Amino acid sequence: MAILSQLAFISIVGLFSYLIVKRIQKIRSNIRFGRKNEIFPDPERWKNLFLLAFGQKKMFKKPIPAFLHLLIYVGFLLINLEVLEILLDGFFGTHRVFAPWLPGSYAWAISFFEILAVLVIVACLAFLFRRNIVKVQRFTRPEMKGWPALDANLILVIELTLMVAILCMNAADQLLQVQGHYVSTGKFLVSSLLIPLFEGFTPTQLMLLERAAWWFHLVGILAFALYVTYSKHLHIFMAFPNTYYGRLSMKGKMENMPEVTHEVMLMLGLPVEGNKNPPAEGFRFGAKDVGDLSRKNLMDAYACTECGRCTASCPANLTGKKLSPRKVMMDTRDRMEELGMGIVEGKTLLGDYVTHEEVNACTSCNACVEACPVSINPLDIIVQMRRYIAMEESGSPAAWNAMFQNVETNFAPWKFPSQDRFSWAENIK
Amino acid sequence: MAEIHIPTVAELASRGESPDILFWVGCAGSFDERYKRVTQAFVKILDKVAMNYAVLGTEETCTGDPARRAGNEFLFQMQALSNIQVLNGYGIKKIVTACPHCFNTIKNEYPDLGGTYEVVHHSELLQQLINEGRVTLKGGGEFSGRKITYHDSCYLGRANDVYEAPRRVLEALDAELVEMKRSRANGLCCGAGGAQMFKEAEPGQKEINVERAEEALSTGANTIAVGCPFCMTMLADGIKNKEREADVDVLDLAELIAESEGL
Ligand code: SF4
Ligand code: SF4
Repeated sequence: MAILSQLAFISIVGLFSYLIVKRIQKIRSNIRFGRKNEIFPDPERWKNLFLLAFGQKKMFKKPIPAFLHLLIYVGFLLINLEVLEILLDGFFGTHRVFAPWLPGSYAWAISFFEILAVLVIVACLAFLFRRNIVKVQRFTRPEMKGWPALDANLILVIELTLMVAILCMNAADQLLQVQGHYVSTGKFLVSSLLIPLFEGFTPTQLMLLERAAWWFHLVGILAFALYVTYSKHLHIFMAFPNTYYGRLSMKGKMENMPEVTHEVMLMLGLPVEGNKNPPAEGFRFGAKDVGDLSRKNLMDAYACTECGRCTASCPANLTGKKLSPRKVMMDTRDRMEELGMGIVEGKTLLGDYVTHEEVNACTSCNACVEACPVSINPLDIIVQMRRYIAMEESGSPAAWNAMFQNVETNFAPWKFPSQDRFSWAENIK
Repeated sequence: MAEIHIPTVAELASRGESPDILFWVGCAGSFDERYKRVTQAFVKILDKVAMNYAVLGTEETCTGDPARRAGNEFLFQMQALSNIQVLNGYGIKKIVTACPHCFNTIKNEYPDLGGTYEVVHHSELLQQLINEGRVTLKGGGEFSGRKITYHDSCYLGRANDVYEAPRRVLEALDAELVEMKRSRANGLCCGAGGAQMFKEAEPGQKEINVERAEEALSTGANTIAVGCPFCMTMLADGIKNKEREADVDVLDLAELIAESEGL
């Protein structure tokens, strides 16, 4: 019997590991659709990773959700120690393998995890309340309809259920300890309060319950880990590389396009240095599809938590325009996934997902970049699409084309004769 | 009063001299009727403190900011590379400008194309002049009792982390500085950035500048201080939209300093 359960355990863990590894490979290859970025190491990157990802610095711009989020984050991180025990038990066919090693302190450790579990439950309930009853505005925008809203709720419910399972398992375990079926570990702080619920159960029923909760927790955690890779919840991993690879330059700086420099220098009759190479044949200026974006842009899309802090601070979105920086990130991810499934023809990011109207509405104010807790830059993607519209489609709004014309002929965005440029200096007293 | 002479770099060069600092006027500062007054206020201050400065005059051209932000990278680089030619040709080391867009472009984007200069925004230079005692504000004069709110320009604030200099300048005026709900890193855009200045907004429920003007008005301030030509246009229009132009002024930092100096 024990050997059967060990076999079942190993096959389940093996199956999920396989699926998760496959999925990680897929995500990696999807990100590699993008153009290669040159990102240089810098101590600042580690600082960003620690402050933003570990320390959740930006989250604390909104203290209440930050606190609730911190509970779930710390809770899950530490409760994983208990999951480690579950894995070891499952593999070796033991029961509470750590207990004999930690006489006296084992019950304390489990009690501590239980307190965390309760805090996680409270935080999940509060988040469900905010999303579904209070309907916090940034969670109810149009791009959140359907799957994204369901995804967010599912995650909260799964986390909640997993925590409840742990508590039930521990309660049943303690009853079985008292009855002499399991090794004695001492009293667990929270689950001992649940004991009255199970007092009428026979030992067999209790054992069934304890085992069921144990398996549920194990399979639940593994299924959750797999599910996460399809969900906005992937940020729990991606936040780390994403903050590390985040831009270090001033936010106002837009990335230079060296591919353009060669031609411009030729036009201006400037000496062309060897390093400013002309663009390769068929090079696309700007971005029409995800393959034209950088790998960091695509990593951003996988790191997005769909929290909507960007959209809630976007001046265009706030005044009713269609542009939503969160939607730009979600669209990028959706299109990337689609491309990863081999759907290449017929569709592109610009046009089928993000419209010209959205792209044109951006004021490049960087509010979205500033707001993002995990160093995502929606503006960078928007600008690259604008480049495609202007340089490949010549499809910029008419007023912009007129402005381009003015800059070209009068060296100012307005139609003033350039010889009048200095007339402001007359008659200053 | 004697007419103020505005020195050009070419003129200095012909005498074998060069300015300590170049004042980059920008297109709005050169052509926009309203912002020309800011340019004039600023040169009056430079003149008063006997700064060794100069302007490019007709040799200046658009930095290319609106072209780049609207996606026309070719045009941007045309402008940038020609300007860098001129600046490097004159051996310019330090630049001050009253336009956050010019400031951002020259400071952050020209280095990639071979133009590296020390660039300051005029609010930073004004703050420095105040700290050094070269600009001494009378204080207790016409500014006491005036309520001023400062609007962060995106290209100065979030884009370049310059939040304090403009505020220190305003504090020196001895006026009451009141903050809007969304300020500093959380400041709300005026709606003009990203080349929006040069086209109509996309369809929506409201104009961004009206939203921002409402927020500024809600502070009860009678002066809205700005440090950007586009913010100035947008907020002035917003105030007009709210029919408050009679009792609320939109003024640049340099104008406020010049006013208190009696220039
Ligand atoms: S940079 Fe563009 S997308 Fe981002 S907040 Fe500003 S207007 Fe919105
Ligand atoms: S881009 Fe950043 S701020 Fe916007 S929804 Fe995604 S995680 Fe949140």
